Amino acid sequence: MAEKKVKKEKIPRQPMPEQEPDVRRRNFNEVPLGYSKELAMKEAERCIQCKKPTCISGCPVSIDIPAFIKLIKEGEFTKSIRKLWEKNGLPAVCGRVCPQEDQCEGVCVLAKKGEPVAIGNLERFVADLEREHGTGELPPKAKPTGKRVAVVGSGPSGLTVAGDLTLKGHDVTIFEAFHKPGGVLVYGIPEFRLPKEIVFSEVNFLERLGAKLECNAVVGRIVSIDELFEQGYDAVYVGVGAGLPRFMNIPGENLIGIYSANEYLTRSNLMKAYLFPEYDTPIAKGKNVAVFGAGNVAMDSARTAMRLGADVVRIVYRRSREEMPARAAEIHHAEEEGIEFYLLTAPTKFIGDENGRVTGMECLKMELGEPDESGRRRPVPIKGSEFQLECDLAVIAVGAGANPLLTQSTEGLELNRWGYVIADPETGKTTKKGVWAGGDIVTGSATVILAMGAGRAASDSIHQYLTWGW
Amino acid sequence: MFEILKRQEMADGTVVLNEISAPLIAKKAKPGQFVILKANETGERIPLTMAEADPKKGIITIIYQIVGKSTALFKSLQVGDKFQDVIGPLGKPTHLEKIGTVVCVGGGTGVAVMHPITRGLKEVGNNVIAIIGARTKDLLILEDKMTAASHELHVCTDDGSYGHHGFVTDVLKEVLEKEDVKLVVGIGPVPMMKFVCKVTEQFKVKTLVSLNSIMVDGTGMCGCCRVSVGGKTQFACVDGPEFDGHEVDFEELMQRLQAYTAEEAAAYGKYKGECKLA
Ligand SMILES: Cc1cc2nc3c(=O)[nH]c(=O)nc-3n(C[C@H](O)[C@H](O)[C@H](O)COP(=O)(O)OP(=O)(O)OC[C@H]3O[C@@H](n4cnc5c(N)ncnc54)[C@H](O)[C@@H]3O)c2cc1C
Ligand SMILES: Cc1cc2nc3c(=O)[nH]c(=O)nc-3n(C[C@H](O)[C@H](O)[C@H](O)COP(=O)(O)OP(=O)(O)OC[C@H]3O[C@@H](n4cnc5c(N)ncnc54)[C@H](O)[C@@H]3O)c2cc1C
Ligand code: SF4
Ligand code: FES
Repeated sequence: MAEKKVKKEKIPRQPMPEQEPDVRRRNFNEVPLGYSKELAMKEAERCIQCKKPTCISGCPVSIDIPAFIKLIKEGEFTKSIRKLWEKNGLPAVCGRVCPQEDQCEGVCVLAKKGEPVAIGNLERFVADLEREHGTGELPPKAKPTGKRVAVVGSGPSGLTVAGDLTLKGHDVTIFEAFHKPGGVLVYGIPEFRLPKEIVFSEVNFLERLGAKLECNAVVGRIVSIDELFEQGYDAVYVGVGAGLPRFMNIPGENLIGIYSANEYLTRSNLMKAYLFPEYDTPIAKGKNVAVFGAGNVAMDSARTAMRLGADVVRIVYRRSREEMPARAAEIHHAEEEGIEFYLLTAPTKFIGDENGRVTGMECLKMELGEPDESGRRRPVPIKGSEFQLECDLAVIAVGAGANPLLTQSTEGLELNRWGYVIADPETGKTTKKGVWAGGDIVTGSATVILAMGAGRAASDSIHQYLTWGW
Repeated sequence: MFEILKRQEMADGTVVLNEISAPLIAKKAKPGQFVILKANETGERIPLTMAEADPKKGIITIIYQIVGKSTALFKSLQVGDKFQDVIGPLGKPTHLEKIGTVVCVGGGTGVAVMHPITRGLKEVGNNVIAIIGARTKDLLILEDKMTAASHELHVCTDDGSYGHHGFVTDVLKEVLEKEDVKLVVGIGPVPMMKFVCKVTEQFKVKTLVSLNSIMVDGTGMCGCCRVSVGGKTQFACVDGPEFDGHEVDFEELMQRLQAYTAEEAAAYGKYKGECKLA
């Protein structure tokens, strides 16, 4: 008995094999390579199957984590993926991009004494296995209800709503402004972190279920929400994301070679500019790159610049390491790939040459003062600490705001003072009858799993509405 | 969807007109708005103004000058071929209101952009004087349509091969001296728009220009198209494309249009090479 327990604790957390840093920093292939069945089963064995599992409370969509892990341990992979699907329609995505250290793994009991179970890695493993080797069998679908639902935006929240409501028998059409579906999963998060083939296979699954997809449809331009109702839609879900780039509003920001992260990543990911000239969209290939901000978006931009051939890539961030909002794995990967961190540094202006191309910037050193509204210590400039940094490419990744294109053209849809849609956190109901909203356009930039959770809540409420009324 | 129904070469083959089937866009399109087109899977998103939109037939018309790889690729598409993606209508429509005498100045392919605006300004009851120009006679486009869309048309060529010998700005100056002009709209190459604004500034006449900055999404999510207007950064795709010309920083726009000169030349060179081989 005692012997067995000791043995169990001895299995260390199984690392996922990865491409070597100095190889991967110059290619766009995915960095972690995935678990084999053996590795996954070994890792699954580390889970002690708590009676009161804390990990579930850490997951925003309450996946029955011990249950899906137990099924992996037993080699019941198909049953395991079904367990995941009960709560999460995009496990291959979440396993890769969730901030597990702040969620499920952060509260895993093993984390108290050592390393938590690699929940994200296991989630990814079963989802990949199903995608690559599963039967592709469709889940049972309810009888057609004759009700029509329009979903605006095909990011994780819109896809979740579309999947849920299609299964419940409603006739769902997704409207997407871009020429490809997936939202940030496709235009923002790079191939080396989330292969696009995974997202398209999820969308394809929804289409096989019977959901319809209209790309190139900018709602608010080609059709308004009121016109959707006139066309016979019974409910509308708004999941348009936080698609407004934020700039720093410092002099010189319109010089050539200064991108918003949205533009830089959209060119590279959605337009495949990293494959220029095979693909027609160009992208500036900087040798000496500065990226402002320290979230996932900044890490993605910095690592993209490195892969496009930069000699030096610097993350310039006005706070310290502790405040960096990116996932731990991204910061770790970025460092391994040779990205430099200029912390407690804020740019004050950009400098350009006679052709209007950026050549560098002026910066100030910062120190941390009293905590601000966000609870983080406020960076305060140190007098006389000005210095110059050279760069031939700069990417601004200091956050995003609410894109007003749809929201401000929709009568009766109330917005808060930052332009985000006001929606009931429990149901996603907005102030306009028949309209729900969720994801980044309600909360501001957040996470994939929170956007999906909001989509799930809204689809339950929409289903109720379509069945019983508002 | 997005099938090419009609194709016509203009201005010695340097400009091409396409009529495209796009019923939903045609229903909503207003003068001054544009679409973004992508020819195929590997293509770039290219913004072009709708020179015409017929909601009844479900057709939009684009007229574009061949300046690089993507427009050359568009030119190669024949009747019956399809654009993979067409997105629109995008941008703010021109504000059309009756104010009196207006002058519409169009240069080069800008005449195509100018045409629906000219017609719209006439339809709401303005006295419309149009001035169009090109480098030489063979490059002039849409003279007949502009005649119909305006009350008075002046034609200029830089080399004097047709109409007035000289720039559109020369004629503009003469008109401004004679008439009580309430509004000037200038659309064409950036240097032309800049000089139009210089002239109208002296006469203190409000001037609208249409800015053709480089774009990606066309919905305000990337900031690629940013321009400085009155010292403030604006996104041409959603705040424009039309702006008060006296407030626009044309130098910055001209520089930003050069952002990818090297890449564009390489792509166009490669494309021409491939076409020769084929
Ligand atoms: C570069 C980057 C990296 C990130 N990394 C992570 C990560 O590692 N982990 C994590 O959890 N989160 C990450 N995030 C955040 C996460 O991606 C978002 O929180 C999430 O995608 C929000 O989902 P959504 O469905 O609300 O909107 P989005 O994913 O933004 O999708 C909205 C969709 O709506 C479309 N749309 C917009 N307007 C219209 C309109 N008028 N008509 C029709 N369609 C419209 C857009 O084109 C888009 O496709 C990252 C974000 C970025 C930008
Ligand atoms: C709102 C708007 C409306 C326009 N309407 C018309 C029109 O009706 N007729 C017409 O002939 N042209 C129009 N243009 C310009 C047209 O989009 C460019 O000529 C075209 O993109 C060039 O692509 P290319 O690959 O053939 O040339 P490239 O070799 O890529 O570039 C040639 C030049 O075109 C500019 N350019 C390149 N890419 C873009 C881009 N994605 N967006 C804008 N400009 C770019 C560059 O500054 C460059 O100097 C419009 C542009 C905008 C923004
Ligand atoms: S969805 Fe995210 S939080 Fe939930 S178990 Fe998976 S990795 Fe953890
Ligand atoms: S083209 Fe992206 S914001 Fe205008």
